[in-house]
Formats: sequence, C-alpha cells, structure tokens
Amino acid sequence: MILSTQNYMETLSMKHLSLLLSAFALLVLASCSGSKSNKSTFVYCSEGSPTAFNPQVTTDGTSNNASAHTVYNRLVDFKTGTTEIYPSLAESFDVSADKLTYTFKLRKGVKFHTTKYFTPTRELNADDVLFSFNRMFDKNSEYHMISGGTYEYFSGMGMGELIESIKKINDYEVAITLKKPEAPFLANMAMSFMSVLSKEYADNLSKEGKKENLDTFPIGTGPYIFQVYQKDNVIKFTTNKEYFGEKPKVERLVFSITPDASVRFQKLKAGECHLVIEPSPSDLESIKHESSLKLMSGAGLNVGYLAMNTTKKPFDNLLVRKAVSMTLNKPSYIDAIYLGHASVAKNPLPPTIWSYNDDIKDYEYNVEAAKEMLAKAGYPNGFETTLWTLPVSRPYNPNGKKMGELMQADLAKVGIKVKLVSFDWPTYLKKSSQGEHEMLQLGWSGDNGDPDNFLHILLGCQSVEAGSNYARWCNSDFDKLVNDAKRITDVSERTKLYRQAQVIFKDQAPWVPIAHSTVFRAMAKNVKGYVIDPLGGDIFDKIELE
Amino acid sequence: MRKFLKEKILQLIPTLVGISLLSFIVIRLVPGDPVMLMLGERGADPQVYMEMKKNLGLDKPMLEQYAIYMKNAVQGDFGRSLVSKRPVTKEFFDRFPATLELGICAMIFAILIGIPAGVYAATNRNSMPDYLLMGTSLIGYSMPIFWWGLILIIIFSVNLGITPVSGRLDVLFDVPTVTGMLLIDSLNPKVIEMDGLGPFVSALRHLILPTIAMGTIPLAVVARMTRSSVLEVLRAPYIQTAKAKGQSHTKVIWKHAFRNALIPIVTVIGLLFGSIITGAILTETIFSWPGIGKWLVASIHARDYPVIQGGILFIAIMVITINFLVDIIYTYANPKLR
Repeated sequence: MILSTQNYMETLSMKHLSLLLSAFALLVLASCSGSKSNKSTFVYCSEGSPTAFNPQVTTDGTSNNASAHTVYNRLVDFKTGTTEIYPSLAESFDVSADKLTYTFKLRKGVKFHTTKYFTPTRELNADDVLFSFNRMFDKNSEYHMISGGTYEYFSGMGMGELIESIKKINDYEVAITLKKPEAPFLANMAMSFMSVLSKEYADNLSKEGKKENLDTFPIGTGPYIFQVYQKDNVIKFTTNKEYFGEKPKVERLVFSITPDASVRFQKLKAGECHLVIEPSPSDLESIKHESSLKLMSGAGLNVGYLAMNTTKKPFDNLLVRKAVSMTLNKPSYIDAIYLGHASVAKNPLPPTIWSYNDDIKDYEYNVEAAKEMLAKAGYPNGFETTLWTLPVSRPYNPNGKKMGELMQADLAKVGIKVKLVSFDWPTYLKKSSQGEHEMLQLGWSGDNGDPDNFLHILLGCQSVEAGSNYARWCNSDFDKLVNDAKRITDVSERTKLYRQAQVIFKDQAPWVPIAHSTVFRAMAKNVKGYVIDPLGGDIFDKIELE
Repeated sequence: MRKFLKEKILQLIPTLVGISLLSFIVIRLVPGDPVMLMLGERGADPQVYMEMKKNLGLDKPMLEQYAIYMKNAVQGDFGRSLVSKRPVTKEFFDRFPATLELGICAMIFAILIGIPAGVYAATNRNSMPDYLLMGTSLIGYSMPIFWWGLILIIIFSVNLGITPVSGRLDVLFDVPTVTGMLLIDSLNPKVIEMDGLGPFVSALRHLILPTIAMGTIPLAVVARMTRSSVLEVLRAPYIQTAKAKGQSHTKVIWKHAFRNALIPIVTVIGLLFGSIITGAILTETIFSWPGIGKWLVASIHARDYPVIQGGILFIAIMVITINFLVDIIYTYANPKLR
C-alpha cells in the first residue's frame, strides 16, 4: 500500500514527536542525576513520623530520637552508650544531707539555637529550667494545657508526687526539693522528658498567640539545630556550631522516614542512608554478608518473663513455682522465638544494668526433679491451668503465641495441662493488671537504667495495688531491700541491697525470667563513632563519616 | 441541567452521612483502645487512663460522641488528631498534594501506554502480539502491589542503581512548599536559582517507581477495556464503509474507530481515578511516599479516630466528586443521557 503524502507526514510527525520526547527525557535523566552527594551529611533511616518535637509531651521512641538528643539537653545526661549520669547543662550538683534537696549549678555561656523562627537574646539561665519543669509540674503554668496537658512520663515516673518544690536560688542555681528521699530521682532527671526548653522563646510564642509551636518548632541547646520537617518524609538538622559540648563531626543530620523495614534495608544497600533503625531479623544474615555494610549489636535493656499469679492456687505454693521454673526449656525459646538474637535471662534485671547479680544460679532444666517437686507440693499428677500469651510483638517477646505453644508442650511433660488464652492488647493489660490471670507472659523495657525501675515497679508490694506487679508477689524482705535502696544515694550501698534482693527473687521464683533481647543496628561501613544506647535511643552527637 | 445537578447534590447528603456513620462505628468496633495504645505497658494506672480518656472526649457514650462530631463537621471542624494534636483538615491538605501528584502520574502512565496497547491488540486480534499484550496485562492486573513495588526497588534501585529507593526528593534539596506538588514547586525560580534543575529531576526520578507500581493495575484495566471497546466498534458497518472508501489504516483506526470507542474508556478511567486511593495506601507505604495513604495506615495502627473518620470522609467526597464529574462529561458525550 502506498501512503498518501499527508498520511506519511502525519505518521512521521507522530514518530518524530515521540522520539524527540523520549530523547529529551533520557537526556534530562542522564545529564543530571538529580542527587547531591555530600560527605558531611549523615542520613538516618527512621521508622516513623514524630508526634511532636518535645520529649515532655511524647512517649514514643521515634519522637524521642528526633528531638531529645538532637535538639535538647538536660541538667544531667546519660553518657552516650551507658546508663552512667554526668552533669550536662548543670555544671555540678549537690545533694543535701537529708537527701531531700538537689541543688543544680548551671553551666554559664550556654546558647539556645538561632533559627528562622527565633533569635535568642540571652543565654540559658535558671528561668529556663523553672519554666521547663513547671510546665509539667505546675497546673497553673500557662503552657500546662498546651498539647493536651498530659505528661505521661512525668506522671508515670511519679515525679509529680515526688517533687515538693522547684526553686530558683539565683540566675545560675536551681534547687529541687523532694517529699521523700528517692535515689532514682537523679536517673529520672537524665530522662528525655526532663529536657530544658527556652523560656524566652515560649514568651515570644505566647505574645504571638502561637503557643503550640513550642512543641513543633523546637528551640534547644543541643548539638543539632532543627531546620525543617516535611511530614512523613524528612527531618533536617544542621550542626550547632556554638554547642557547649563536643561539637558534632557532621554538618547536617537528616532523618529519612521509611516505615517499611525491608525498604530501609534496600535504602541502606543503595547508599541512600547511612544507618537504619532495627533491621528485620530475616535481613540480619544478608547484612553480615554485604561488604559495604556492618552490623552492630548490643544487649537490650529489657526482660521478657512468665509471671505466676502468687495469689492464686496452685501458684501460691513455692514448690509449684520452682517446678515450673525447672520445666521450661529456655534455650529452645531463644532459638525458636528470638531466632537466636537474645540471651537467656536468670534475673529480673538485664545484665547491662548496674547491680546485676551474676553469681545467681538459674534453675536447672530438669523434668524429673520438677515432677518430684510437684509431687511434694501435692500435685503428683500435675494440674490444669491457663497461660495468657502476649498479643503484641515486643523486642522482649516477638511472638507470644508461639512461645505459649512451646511452654504448653514443656509443661505437659510434668503433667501441667495448660490452656492458652489471649485478648487484644488493651484488654490484656487491663485484665492482667487486675490480677485475673494465672500464668502470664509480659516484659519490660527500662526507662532510666536504674535497678529501681525494674525491681520496685515490677515486683514491689506497692506495685501490686498499682497493677504493674503481675505476679502479685509481695515479699516483705524483698520489699524492704528495694525501698531502703531508694533512700540511699551511694551507688555501692545500693548495689549491695539490689544484689540481695535478686537472691530473694530467685529463691521465691515469682517469675520465670525468659530472655533479654539483643538490639541490632545496621550501618554503612564508613560510619564511625556510633554507639548503641542501652536505653534504646539513637544518638548521633559523636557520629562521623569517613 | 440545573435539575440534574440539584438531584445529584441532594443524593450526596445521605451518602456522606452514611459514610461518616459507618467509618465512625467501624473503627470503634475494631479492638484496641487509643488511650491504652498510647500508654502501652504503663497503662495500668486507672486514674491516668480515665483522665486521658476524658481529655480526649472518649468517655462519653458513642451516640453523643457522634452527635458532637457531626455538629462540628458541618461547621468544617473535623477534630484534632489524637496523636499529633493538630486539626485533621490541615493534616489532610498537607499530605493530599503528594497523593494527587502520584495519582496523576500513575493515570498518565496508564493512559499513555494502556490505550495504544489496547488499540494495537484490537487491530491485531488473535495474533502473537495480541496474546502477549493481553497476557501481560492479566499478569499486571493480578500483581500484588506490595510485592511488585519491592521487586521494582530491587531491580532498578539496588541492582541497576537507576532510581532512588523511596521518598519524594533527594534529602539534600530544599524545595519550599507552594502547591505541594514537587514537579511544580521545584520549577520555582528561587529553587532553580539555587540548585538549577536538580530538584526537578530528583522529583521526577523519585516518581518513576511509585508511578509504575501504582499505575500497573489501571494500565492493565485500560488496555483490556480499550481492546474490547475498539474491537466492538471495528465490527460496525461504518468502519467497513470507511475502509471501502480507501481510507488509510491509521485514519480508520484513530479517527473512526477509536473516537467512537472512547466513551466506555473514559468511564473506566474516571472510575479508576476514584479508586486510585486504594493503590495509594499500598504504594505510599512501600515507597515512603508522604501522602494520605500512608497517613491513614499509620492512623489505623494508632487508632487515631478523628483522623480515620476525617480521612475516609474526605476520600469519599473526592471519589464522589470525580464520579459526579464523569457523569457530567458523560451526559455531554452521550446526548441520550441528557
């Protein structure tokens, strides 16, 4: 068929046009890669969007990473990578003889950040400290009700009931008086929610009628200055050149928000981020084999356990509790549930916490001995009971149901017939805090690295009433030790008491401690200076790129 | 026409009330209490729990909560997010341009490839290329987006290094938000002055994989629809007449056949555009695309009631509006319906 000239032209121009278009597109894409490479920018692939940029009002790890250690400091801080406390915004602190008054002497010459939305005219002083703490403590503070008026950590750590008064002595001295001696108070002071904000900035916002900006456009004293946050996408910081501490070695810090763990891993491989939060367990092996990547691991500050309700039969019987402790084959759970990424627990405290008693011997896995013990307790043929399995996945127990099945099989060997029960998470928490269970899986991740945060909250007599002592175990000797330890500030003295308390715990066996999970971070080979934070955060002040 | 419009708008009201009620009830039937989720393992203290519930207004009976919600919604106040504490409307419109940009690109991708492929398959019916095209489109249609997205990332981003893995823009570029659509905002003279065409190209490169992942199913639907629609028209007597008159093959196909086959294709495209949000939920999650799909997923996980209710309502309004526009175009295209 012969094409007419007009048709030929039509076809030709169509062809030309599409050719031209694709050539242009290719040219643009090829000539300009559309990416800037910059060695002084550190990119961290985080898992979610922060709810706010103020640790006073947030509880989630994501928000904590994005603000607590980038933008802010506290009077005292944890040394990066440890739970040791050192004076930060405070130059030094004194504790009165009655252990009730803590006097903090502030560092001079500390500057707040200068940003597009705020230029400070003065340096940090006692007014800023008072403003920050009073926002949570004093219901009449003009900022108290901003962002909802609930300060979960402040009230959760009992600070509201503990503090008698917060007073300014002079511009550089602040005194906090407690109602009763409480040694863990200092560790609480180093927690993220005790960050110091700028009063001058808050006053400016108040004048402009934009009070809620205090929690979304942060001004602090920390190593990085907040630059921009694009929702669900990216958070950018620049280095604080006037930082009072050791200055960061990178110029820009970027959080690239990537919720899916496998996509985070691909981004790491493609060089789009330098460090990823919590790689998925199935990727760990391939990370180890990537030549451009490295994997870091550390013990998590947590414990997963099986609590036996000591107020219910037959678990009120010590012999039964011991028999259960001897029946559970814990190493097999580490392999099956944690895929080997955890260590067997024998104490209620994780080994990274000071005062951990390593001399304690765990109950030996011995089915025959357990049977004898049950017979001695009056249950030669075992008994029937229920076991509540954790309905959510947590680092301290990634798969409660599967672990429940393994426990069920183990306990059947000594004649204990277990029925597995579970509820949705809120119901689970509610019913178990009221003591409706017989055996229950749960766990705890530490807040402040103080042994009190585990031993008192999870096993103290007061906590039975409060609902966080799920074994509902109240032992007067144990309780006296942990309460005495609260009133002493000397660490070596406290260590002695906590070590004794752990001996009593082991002997009385209200729980079977199962595991402490291992925390992983995957990063590019050229990342230096990153340390795993035992408290679970990601801290970037010492990071550098080679 | 005015009567038609009035009728359509009146029909909207019960639909929207129904949707708002449904989303309100359904999310409350899902187990999980937002307050308990916020408090986690520390939620044991009943006093703190009740106080928070009261602060969030969740202590009132469900019917009362709904009445309050609707009263405010009518005045344009859809409440505040339980998580971010910011107004739902603002949260929605901050994210909507990202979804819209991706949605438009995916549709353009589907149309630009789907229609020519469909026409080609129709004109070469029962040939090898036809089987190949239609077979591929069937595979495309049945591809799980999540899996497909990951495969694209592994091939193009990780192994070939051509496209970025996820996100909307290289993290080092700063593009001030004007429209929220990066392809437009990156052409802002100020941005060009600072970084040249870099941000625009970066935005374009970031769009490639999500566009393919999100556009694959619409592409398959458009191609199959075009094929069957064109085939039907090709059997019509006037096509035979045109051929007999010695018109060129191209002209017969594009001028006579395709134009008449267009009505069902337009309808399908309209419907696809409305349903693009279902694709957005998955695509945005894989490619960390900061749009409303990803926002809704996160809100469902957090049981953020006001966001879920507001988000679903906005999406419903969007879908209804698009369908409404399609209806109007349709009446213009087909006088019988007027």
